Amino acid sequence: MTDLRTTDATPRDATGPGHTGVPAAGPSGTGGLDASRVSWSVDGRLVLDGVDVTAPPGAVSGLLGPNGSGKSTLLRVLAGVRAPSDDAAGIAFDGTDLRTLGRRRRARVLALVEQDAATDLPLTVLDAVLLGRIPHRSLLGGDSAHDHDVARAALATVGMEAFADRAVATLSGGERQRVHMARALAQEPALILLDEPTNHLDIAAQLDAMRVLRRLADAGVTVLAALHDLTLAAQTCDHVVLLAHGRVVAAGDVADVLVPEVLDPVYGVRTQVLTHPVTGRPVLAFTPRD
Amino acid sequence: MTALRTRDDAPAAAGARRRAPVRRGAAWWVPASVAALVVTVLVAVTVGPADLSVADVWRSVATHLGLGGVLGLEPLGALQDGMVWQLRLPRILTAAAVGAGLAVCGVVMQSLTRNPLADPYLLGLSSGASLGAVLVLVAGWTVLLPVAAFGGAVAALVAALALAGAVGTLSPSRTVLAGLAVSQLAAAATSFVIFWSATGDSYREILSWLMGSVAGATWTSVAVAGVATLVLGTLLASTGSVLDAFTFGDTAASALGVDVARVRWSLLVGVALLTGALVSQSGSIGFVGLVLPHAVRLLTGARHRLLLPLSGLLGASFLVWADTLARTVLAPRELPVGIVTAAVGAPVFALLLWRGRRTA
Repeated sequence: MTDLRTTDATPRDATGPGHTGVPAAGPSGTGGLDASRVSWSVDGRLVLDGVDVTAPPGAVSGLLGPNGSGKSTLLRVLAGVRAPSDDAAGIAFDGTDLRTLGRRRRARVLALVEQDAATDLPLTVLDAVLLGRIPHRSLLGGDSAHDHDVARAALATVGMEAFADRAVATLSGGERQRVHMARALAQEPALILLDEPTNHLDIAAQLDAMRVLRRLADAGVTVLAALHDLTLAAQTCDHVVLLAHGRVVAAGDVADVLVPEVLDPVYGVRTQVLTHPVTGRPVLAFTPRD
Repeated sequence: MTALRTRDDAPAAAGARRRAPVRRGAAWWVPASVAALVVTVLVAVTVGPADLSVADVWRSVATHLGLGGVLGLEPLGALQDGMVWQLRLPRILTAAAVGAGLAVCGVVMQSLTRNPLADPYLLGLSSGASLGAVLVLVAGWTVLLPVAAFGGAVAALVAALALAGAVGTLSPSRTVLAGLAVSQLAAAATSFVIFWSATGDSYREILSWLMGSVAGATWTSVAVAGVATLVLGTLLASTGSVLDAFTFGDTAASALGVDVARVRWSLLVGVALLTGALVSQSGSIGFVGLVLPHAVRLLTGARHRLLLPLSGLLGASFLVWADTLARTVLAPRELPVGIVTAAVGAPVFALLLWRGRRTA
């Protein structure tokens, strides 16, 4: 279990070139997430077709792919919300088979941040974050002082501690997304899966969200986030996995995957790779194919 | 944005303001509601035609519990004693049990289906119970009424869940729609039976039952409704953590370690059995299970640990007062308590809607 509160107080710059020095666990590395042969089908239609995916520890991994390529489904199967349709699937984290863990134990190892999770209920920010403590306490017990400490630390990590008593319904989209991240952090996970955490957010909120992910990775958490914006992925991810039609098309370093030869056939566009004048990271520009 | 930092110096600050202001004093709400319920019951027994005091009520209760001698109390006169012990007390305790059970069931249904309009009757339970009840009332087998109502409620639940399950997984929206279909069908059948066979006398009886009433409650009613509420209601009220996990939907609940399918099935069955037992004693009293949870949420916020027990306790007091109004406001005539809960509940619901307009 990674303890966020004991991290060194000088996180690396989120967007600088410094974060290329992450521990590079290869596709068959021992640490982090290592899932293989993951398939899932609905009504006879194969949504995921034998996907192999890894996410190295201490790195931000991006799960990319066009609409309908199976990103959300893959995250749900990895999170144990859906069962893989094929028993050949292996979903391991740090060498432990997540599929053999009980539900509550699994919820203490991994957290899932869904896309657009909403509620009509009159919930305060602190209450929403405290929901993340459910896997850690007995089903009849209430919140302990420790639960409150962890929840407030999670809010501090996402920069929302001043909002603890606000109603969730009154927050902006970016603030709400950070509350969901804090809720996931309150589970004290070693692996965090996020489904398009930057969806519907303005650019500043997108960078905020990615900066939180960077901080988590620096604290040793394994981060896997489905992303739509390829340039955002290029700016912030250490490792990317590209899905198309439920299969992995390419996986590896940004410089190897986010290139025209790989992207053009998958997205049906023409890709130009530019260089960011400040960060030196790739910036992608697109034109229609014909 | 605040940098990730060492929080070892933070516990003192966190301890100083541990709770959101809205829940200050929350530790007193449950004991206060228990006290309010006890006072409600004692006072409600004294309200009505015969001139009774709270002390008289105590005397009657103590005598029947065999404590009269110990406490040195004079027994109450036979007429007054009958009024307290045979008429009002069973009726009031039944109302309390029914109100508590319906409010808890309402909270559970609203959370499970994530539908603010959900109430305990959502899955056709009330229409099923009505059909069963009307069939035996028309046939003249009044003795069988509770059994028939309970059977109708359970049959409606089985039909709704079978229909929802037959078309895929038991998702909230599918469950609600299946319940609606079953409910409409049972209501049509009920209307047909009434239209075809009810005669003058049974009309009033049927109408009073359909609107919900605890007027004929006996100690048997107290036993059925009371035991059901104490056992099933307490079990349901202890599921706060699990229901909390459903706040952001099924996937979120599952990711928090909840076995969503199993929890949903067992809670739905628990709600159905409890509601069926209550409906068999009181008919389908509306609005308690719908409005009470919303009103209590204003006090407790959306988390269930306080919401569930508090809804039950306040639901009990609410229905006792509603029934007291029902038997006194147009005395000597009595209204079915369902008319009072609707007359009070509908404006309160509108008020809640109005208050919620800024956030909704």
